[in-house]
Amino acid sequence: MDAILLQILNGLDKGSAYALIALGLTLIFGTLGVVNFAHGAIFMIGAFCAVTLSRLLSLSHPSAEPTGTDFLGNPKFDDVLYVNEWFGETAGAFIIDWSVPLAILFAIPIMVAVGFIMERGLIKHFYKRPHADQILVTFGLAIVLQEVIKYFYGANPIPTPAPEVFRGSFDFGVLLGFEANAIIYPYWRMVYFAFALVLITAVFGFLQFTTFGMVVRAGMADRETVGLLGINIDKRFTIMFAIAACVAGLAGVMYTPINSPNYHMGMDFLVLSFVVVVVGGMGSLPGAVLAGFLLGILESFASMPVMTSLIPGINQIIIYLVAIVVLLTRPRGLMGRRGVMEE
Amino acid sequence: MTKSNFTRRGLMKTGAGAGAGLALPTIFTGAVWADAHSGFTNAPQGDSVTLGFNVPQSGPYADEGMDELRAFELAVEHLNGGGDGGMMQTFSSKTLEGNGIMGKKVNFVTGDTQTKSDAARASAKSMIEKDGAIMISGGSSSGVAVAVQSLCQEAGVIFMAGLTHSNDTTGKDKKANGFRHFFNAYMSAAALAPVLSKLYGDDRNAYHLTADYTWGWTQQASIQAATEALGWKTVNNVLTPLASTDFSSYIAPVLNSGADVLVLNHYGGNMVNSLTNAVQFGLREKQVNGKNFEIVVPLYSELMAKGAGQNIKGIVGSQNWDWKLGDEGTAAFVKSFGTKYGFPPSQAAHTCYAQTLLYADAVNRAGSFNPCAVGEALAGFEFDGLGNGPTLYRADDHQCFKDVLVVKGAENPEDEFHLVEIVEVTPVDQVTYAPDHEMFAGGELGACNPGA
Amino acid sequence: MLGLQAKDFRLLLIVVAMTMLAPFILNPFPVNSAMAQFNAGYPDLMQRFVIFGIFAIGFNILFGLTGYLSFGHAAFLGVGSYAGVWMLKLLTMNVVPAILLSVIVAGLFSVIVGYVSLRRSGIYFSILTLAFAQMSFALAYSVLTPLTNGETGLQLSLDDPRVLGVTQVDGTIPAPHLFGASMRASYDLVLGGWQFTFNVGYYLSAVVLVLAFYLAIRIFRSPFGLMLRAVKSNQQRMSYTGLNLKPYMLAAFVISGMYAGLAGGLMVAMDPLAGAERMQWTASGEVVLMTILGGAGTLIGPVLGAGFIKYFENIFSKINDTVLHQWFGFMPDGLEDVVVFIVHPFIGKGWHLTLGLLFMLVVIFLPGGLVQGGQKIGGLFRRKAPADDSATRKQPAE
Repeated sequence: MDAILLQILNGLDKGSAYALIALGLTLIFGTLGVVNFAHGAIFMIGAFCAVTLSRLLSLSHPSAEPTGTDFLGNPKFDDVLYVNEWFGETAGAFIIDWSVPLAILFAIPIMVAVGFIMERGLIKHFYKRPHADQILVTFGLAIVLQEVIKYFYGANPIPTPAPEVFRGSFDFGVLLGFEANAIIYPYWRMVYFAFALVLITAVFGFLQFTTFGMVVRAGMADRETVGLLGINIDKRFTIMFAIAACVAGLAGVMYTPINSPNYHMGMDFLVLSFVVVVVGGMGSLPGAVLAGFLLGILESFASMPVMTSLIPGINQIIIYLVAIVVLLTRPRGLMGRRGVMEE
Repeated sequence: MTKSNFTRRGLMKTGAGAGAGLALPTIFTGAVWADAHSGFTNAPQGDSVTLGFNVPQSGPYADEGMDELRAFELAVEHLNGGGDGGMMQTFSSKTLEGNGIMGKKVNFVTGDTQTKSDAARASAKSMIEKDGAIMISGGSSSGVAVAVQSLCQEAGVIFMAGLTHSNDTTGKDKKANGFRHFFNAYMSAAALAPVLSKLYGDDRNAYHLTADYTWGWTQQASIQAATEALGWKTVNNVLTPLASTDFSSYIAPVLNSGADVLVLNHYGGNMVNSLTNAVQFGLREKQVNGKNFEIVVPLYSELMAKGAGQNIKGIVGSQNWDWKLGDEGTAAFVKSFGTKYGFPPSQAAHTCYAQTLLYADAVNRAGSFNPCAVGEALAGFEFDGLGNGPTLYRADDHQCFKDVLVVKGAENPEDEFHLVEIVEVTPVDQVTYAPDHEMFAGGELGACNPGA
Repeated sequence: MLGLQAKDFRLLLIVVAMTMLAPFILNPFPVNSAMAQFNAGYPDLMQRFVIFGIFAIGFNILFGLTGYLSFGHAAFLGVGSYAGVWMLKLLTMNVVPAILLSVIVAGLFSVIVGYVSLRRSGIYFSILTLAFAQMSFALAYSVLTPLTNGETGLQLSLDDPRVLGVTQVDGTIPAPHLFGASMRASYDLVLGGWQFTFNVGYYLSAVVLVLAFYLAIRIFRSPFGLMLRAVKSNQQRMSYTGLNLKPYMLAAFVISGMYAGLAGGLMVAMDPLAGAERMQWTASGEVVLMTILGGAGTLIGPVLGAGFIKYFENIFSKINDTVLHQWFGFMPDGLEDVVVFIVHPFIGKGWHLTLGLLFMLVVIFLPGGLVQGGQKIGGLFRRKAPADDSATRKQPAE
């Protein structure tokens, strides 16, 4: 029982990441009709926003006097952090400690800009082109983006820890009457889950309750008619693209303490997030979120030792197996609409 | 520059029965080309010789690959008489005089293994077929090492393995043309086990998380055997998919399993993630069975320590070499590497540098580039001064036997180069095993192949 | 001729000439010149060109004709490779049985995958094929290790039984051969500063490519091919006419899977090793890229696309700073360093970056792929038809 509860927690957490990426992917697909293979790369850029900010915050200049010798026996100078000089030791340490949450503020303008430039500069010209061309051009873009990041940051993962207060884990088991250590869960992962819920709610609320969202939803359903009504749907779609990039980017920022980011993390998520979107049903936002959490939880269950000893290798293939079963029983995924991307 | 079809000899053999007439002649019109085929693949002509450095330049091990490449460039510079000579001054064999190899200037070509066997073989083949490389070295994973080693065997060139830790490289997949300087999983386990029991006691229950592929399995089996011999129990061994990025669902059940030690048989990005996740779950602050919960990472590297950040503090593991060792070989190497690149070399860089020197020296001693002669010179070769103390290149399996380092993550690193500190240098006798040890059984070296 | 229209026959002749003269075409630079870095005429790469060409031609039969985008085609190549290596291990080093078995096994596997996946269309079909391929990859890498040798890849060993051949010759594994002609045997021709290599394995692959290409033309021009094109233009209308399209689609899928198996079989015949990464989604993605890049739906496009990608992978990744300094050595010192600094990110470890940029450029400016580029250039030389017209007229994505 406790093992199952534990894996549900795990699944919710994994599912948050899947759901956030899939949500952005579906937004872009649903509004613009573009299959965006560079979406994983956007997630990765978000994560590197956090890395960049923590690098910026730890900018330093060498101390005036040498404090020792380095590995070659030359005099060594200590690094004096600018933040410490400007804000004092305690405040400086606090700012550096909180660099990941601060990176959210840093990432929003960057991600909006990235989304805007991508849509206006490239994607716009591909609305009328076949899906195959869209895949190829965005895949090329994804490679370029990740190689650029690799050029500046290297291939090694870069540790970006969560603030001190969120390190460590919470014992849920004791709360529920299990023995100690039965169900422990890291604080930061709970933060991530909560963050994902807030972000998802915000996106849905925005689409549901604002005029802008209404127009976009109308555009998703029937682009031509909306255009005929004299509404400049293209401009709104650009904004939607920027929002989708922002969602993926923020998902990336908050993900960095969970796993140290590296330049190919986007590609690692890319295929999975496509499976999630398709299982959810192309073009369906609730479908994407639902499928994200569902696959996250199933993946966690499959990795339990009981399951792997029952069916060896099940943890390796569960996601794909579920995808096949869902697509065979529900032709358009869990909540897909007829006629979307079926030709 | 030229090349030869790499197994004309093989053709003669297979063709002997079916159609000897198909053995194609080779036409040489230029005098330059004539001595190209003096009995072995890619015999160097003129006054230069080409070595092939095949390292991962894309994919997760790209940074490690770059460090290997730096070491190769440094080694070539030293062989050609540039720089301060590095470990050539401290090497016990004195045939290297900075005039290249056998008086021929050393050139090199580079390629990208992408950490995929297919790509690595393609890259090595192009070095052999197009660039005329006489020796291939480098690499950062065992799958690639085994694949390239067997290619070199077929092609008739020497393979000086880079970073490869699986028992299989010099075990069931060993080849006459392949040589490994790096240590292996068995040696890691043999060196680690006594230190672990000293640090954590004899009464421990271990939980293994193991990367689900060949290297992970040999590593896990080695550690399990070595720790159980000292009285530890193994609670569980869970295989994790290679593609995993989030290990939470594997880590979460560990605390409640009755285990008080977690062994992470992972490498590279996998290890960084699984360790980060384990620390996130607060395992290290917990008490189980009245003891502090501990985490062990059997194979360690500086780059992994860097990727794991503060999570690595106090974690015990093993290394082939570390730049902080005090001997004069290490000092000389660190000095010339550090002066050229501005930071100390990694163990991957060290093994690649040492392998290049060992190859060059073997050629000089053999007086020939012929792979069979070089192999003979390397097999059973005893040397010192390359940073690991007295070392033997064992003839039975072409594995180097030398001291193994047990290391741990520094609690308060003074800078980014001191993330790892040496706990103990395990003497070579403790990590030596019989050539027919069961973990290494099942393969044979075969005959050396000089190619053409 | 050979049952082909004049235009197709001309195309076939071009392919024959290209493949047979490849050792000359691909080695345009003298061995000792600085440009020799760009020579691609060594056996391994030439073999890869034609083998991936076959793979892409097969993929194009499915994608180019029916528009069904399979994202798991590498699985068939991988399965074929494993079958081939097992044949070499157990039966004989003669490559014919290995290649035949590769094709058969890949064909059978594609019947299963195709039967299930073709129940859906569009992106749902793509994801189904992707799922099958990824499952094959994950299992081959781990659980199926006894069959596939996991991470290391399945390879020959000194104690293979090899019923119809020799196990080993004095501690050496024999080379794969075609009735005695070793795949590795080459014939070097040296003319002045140039060197040309004629490799047995390459010519076997090249002959197979020509046959595969011929078969593809016949399929494209047959009533069957017409039926498949009809699926692409309007599947619903086809079904309304009362036709059961499923068998046609499945046939196309299996043929295309067998092409992949053939490529896999040839790969192990040239180099007897099969690794699991051959089945990963990136490998499936690669053949998609090759086809679209070259020009989907055209006959020659996929072959060009395959050559393009493999050339970058093998030639650009090997250029390093030392080579750059050689090239630009004639410049004044300061300028040389600047030029090397600028070029540096795009070569060696940066070859992926160059490839990504070229993908984008080709798709943006040549919607019809490299074939359209060729037509544009061809158009420049023809006075009558302006370049753009000829391009749209022959718009390959018909």
